[in-house]
Amino acid sequence: MKRKDILIGLMLALFIALFLSPFASTWPDGLERIAASKGFLEKGEGKNRIPSPLPDYKFPGFKSEKLATSLSGVLGVLILFGLGCGIACLLRKRKSDHETRIH
Amino acid sequence: MHIPDGFLTSATWVPAWLLSMGGIGYSLKKASQTLRERMIPLMGVMSAFIFAAQMVNFPVMSGTSGHLLGGVLAAVLLGPYAGAIVLTCVLIVQCLIFQDGGLTALGANIFNMSIVGTMGGYGVYKIISGNSGNRKAVLAGTALASWFSVVAASSCCAIQLALSDLSPLTVVLPAMAGVHAVIGVGEAMITTVVIGFVLKVRPDLLYGLPLKPTNESSFLLQDENLKEDAL
Repeated sequence: MKRKDILIGLMLALFIALFLSPFASTWPDGLERIAASKGFLEKGEGKNRIPSPLPDYKFPGFKSEKLATSLSGVLGVLILFGLGCGIACLLRKRKSDHETRIH
Repeated sequence: MHIPDGFLTSATWVPAWLLSMGGIGYSLKKASQTLRERMIPLMGVMSAFIFAAQMVNFPVMSGTSGHLLGGVLAAVLLGPYAGAIVLTCVLIVQCLIFQDGGLTALGANIFNMSIVGTMGGYGVYKIISGNSGNRKAVLAGTALASWFSVVAASSCCAIQLALSDLSPLTVVLPAMAGVHAVIGVGEAMITTVVIGFVLKVRPDLLYGLPLKPTNESSFLLQDENLKEDAL
């Protein structure tokens, strides 16, 4: 993959996070809808085992919910780009270590 | 279909954790054997893209929304193993940072979306599209596998809910599969458009396709790539 392709892909992800995610449908998703209609939605309320820094994709300190969502999206995109490349690098390194041992 | 904490009993989420750890361990091993240099940034881009796309819920019927799962999208470009790893990265970040999906339920969510949705979806894609690299076969396989991946993942989710005594299987399975059969149409549309675009501009980015040109335009494109690589 060339630098240009990587940039285009990353820009597209950032564009979706910045400009589309704030306008996502706020209706419950399939699982939430069924949990509500079958009467077990409340079982999941307040049961989180660990505190999350940005619950529900809301970046703290912003009055505008849309802006808070956008910023959470951008942060998540950057974290996942780093994580995805990082894991791929480690896997690649393991492969070349293995090859060196064989030869 | 990210299951939160509190839904699943430990008799369900503990085995789900073990199953998905086994599946991801196997994926890491297989991916390290097949990973090519050029796939490194692609794994980063796909992780970022699927995370962003999963934030964008679209309405599917009155009062219900759905969003892209992305498993087949990742697997068509990266293969089933690296694809499952990408989906798992997305689920881990969503759980730990954004409280989307519970920590106890993370194993079940990885099982449903990374193992069943991504690796299972890739199996369906491969059966339909074959090895020819024919554009129509690739796109038909992508569309059907995308739809299947969402319905299969949601059915597994329904089984886990029933095992946790939240609702009888005869009630929750048709309900989950029914809603996700509609969400799956959105999944198929988005995935096919993205794969169709990649197939047009960079067909060499698709996993496991023969590199020999299938028509004149892709021949020219590969020729250009070779020139760029040589420079």
